[in-house]
Amino acid sequence: MSFLATIGRTVLGFLAAIGSVTLFAMETVSHLFRPPYYPREFGHALLQIGYFSLPVVGLTTIFTGGALALQIYAGGARFSAEAVVPQIVAIGMVRELGPVLVGLMIAARVTSSIAAEIATMKVTEQIDALTTLSTNPMKYLTLPRVLAATLVMPVLVGVGDVIGIMGGYLVGVERLGFNASTYLRNTVDFLEFLDIVTSLAKGAVFGFLAALMGCYFGMRSGRGAQGVGRATKGAVVAASVLILAANFILTELFFAA
Amino acid sequence: MIELSDVHKSFGSKDVLRGVNLTLPKGESMVIIGGSGTGKSVLLKCVLGLIQPDTGSIAVDGQDVTRLRQGSSERDAFLARFGMLFQGGALFDSLPVWQNVAFRLLRGSLKRPKSEAREVAIEKLRRVGLTPDVADLFPAELSGGMQKRVGLARAIAAEPEIIFFDEPTTGLDPIMSGVINELIREIVVEMGATAMTITHDMSSVRAIADDVAMLHGGVIQWSGPVKDMDASGDPYVTQFISGSADGPIETVR
Repeated sequence: MSFLATIGRTVLGFLAAIGSVTLFAMETVSHLFRPPYYPREFGHALLQIGYFSLPVVGLTTIFTGGALALQIYAGGARFSAEAVVPQIVAIGMVRELGPVLVGLMIAARVTSSIAAEIATMKVTEQIDALTTLSTNPMKYLTLPRVLAATLVMPVLVGVGDVIGIMGGYLVGVERLGFNASTYLRNTVDFLEFLDIVTSLAKGAVFGFLAALMGCYFGMRSGRGAQGVGRATKGAVVAASVLILAANFILTELFFAA
Repeated sequence: MIELSDVHKSFGSKDVLRGVNLTLPKGESMVIIGGSGTGKSVLLKCVLGLIQPDTGSIAVDGQDVTRLRQGSSERDAFLARFGMLFQGGALFDSLPVWQNVAFRLLRGSLKRPKSEAREVAIEKLRRVGLTPDVADLFPAELSGGMQKRVGLARAIAAEPEIIFFDEPTTGLDPIMSGVINELIREIVVEMGATAMTITHDMSSVRAIADDVAMLHGGVIQWSGPVKDMDASGDPYVTQFISGSADGPIETVR
């Protein structure tokens, strides 16, 4: 019977977690419509999440775009389809790899730092101090970060898409001997407007999830250094899994038809 | 006036507060003593609404504060009357010292122009014995004693009517403890504020308290004026004051 109890406990725990994350998300969003607002915190979050993530986004996507071009070329050669490299790189980067990779890098870079920062604030009573200073931590800490990540992620994904395609282009032209102008023409001609819109929309969703998980786990951190460590780990794992799951669901929604 | 009646709070199966009754008259300085882990901080946080008590009522000037909804304007107004010095200072390490002190004055209902807020911050820093050049440092650049003083300056920045001190001297050397105790006493007297301090440092008790209450086993074991403390006849208080291992308070907890 104890084995059934274990299953039951796990399921109940899982459902409870979904419930509390959902409530946390709803509360966060509700603060969007209730002043006061903290524009300075929002600006700071935009800078931290957006601007300072650019190097890591660029590096991740340029290498991936390059590797993708090599793989498509090698794979395509098996059925004499080497010429599709530009199209596949563009579609693969924009529809799938751009948003997912940028999402995961943001989970690594931003979710972890948000979770660790808020968890440390919680452990050192800074969150309680905010409350006693008549400042709602959800308004002051959570909303600015979640909103900034949601708004800035589409931009990062857009930049990532472009740099990824550039990675493919560089490899295609310099290493695989494609004609530069043909490569670009094929990229532009085969990419549809919908591909780009969905790419950026995915970015917004992933940004929301990444920042939300950082705040959620940070706010619920246990005590001490171990508590901060657990909160950070939990946040990054949850954000990564949620991003991948959301990616599947969104892809299904956008492309099934 | 703060009145707690029959306040209960448990975390899981652990009963921390089991019916606390306590009255803190306006303008008095009350010190709550008790061993580590007896729920002193929980009690304080219950009054501030940072922790919701399970049962019982907490009234501040007749208003039951446990009923105030999180984020409501009544609760904001209630919190605006409070100042709190946290155990570790709880300074915001992303903000320079002066913005920590003037936190309340830079946002929300008490918002003032930046230059004015900075002036107030520097004046409060001076009040706790810190020079204006500390204002632009970050909390991480300060020693423990200085952080406590900045925390104290922040607690008094908006001229609160009620001030809570959570273990104000923990982790400080005896001289710095004495300085902080004296500052607290002066500030409380000068502002006419109602103060509640929790500590297990007996030198703090004698320096700060008008009244003393001892929390043990989740209830107020003894309370009375500080002058009666030594002759209380209560075995718990006597053991606590003398720091003896023998007595009714178990040493293995």
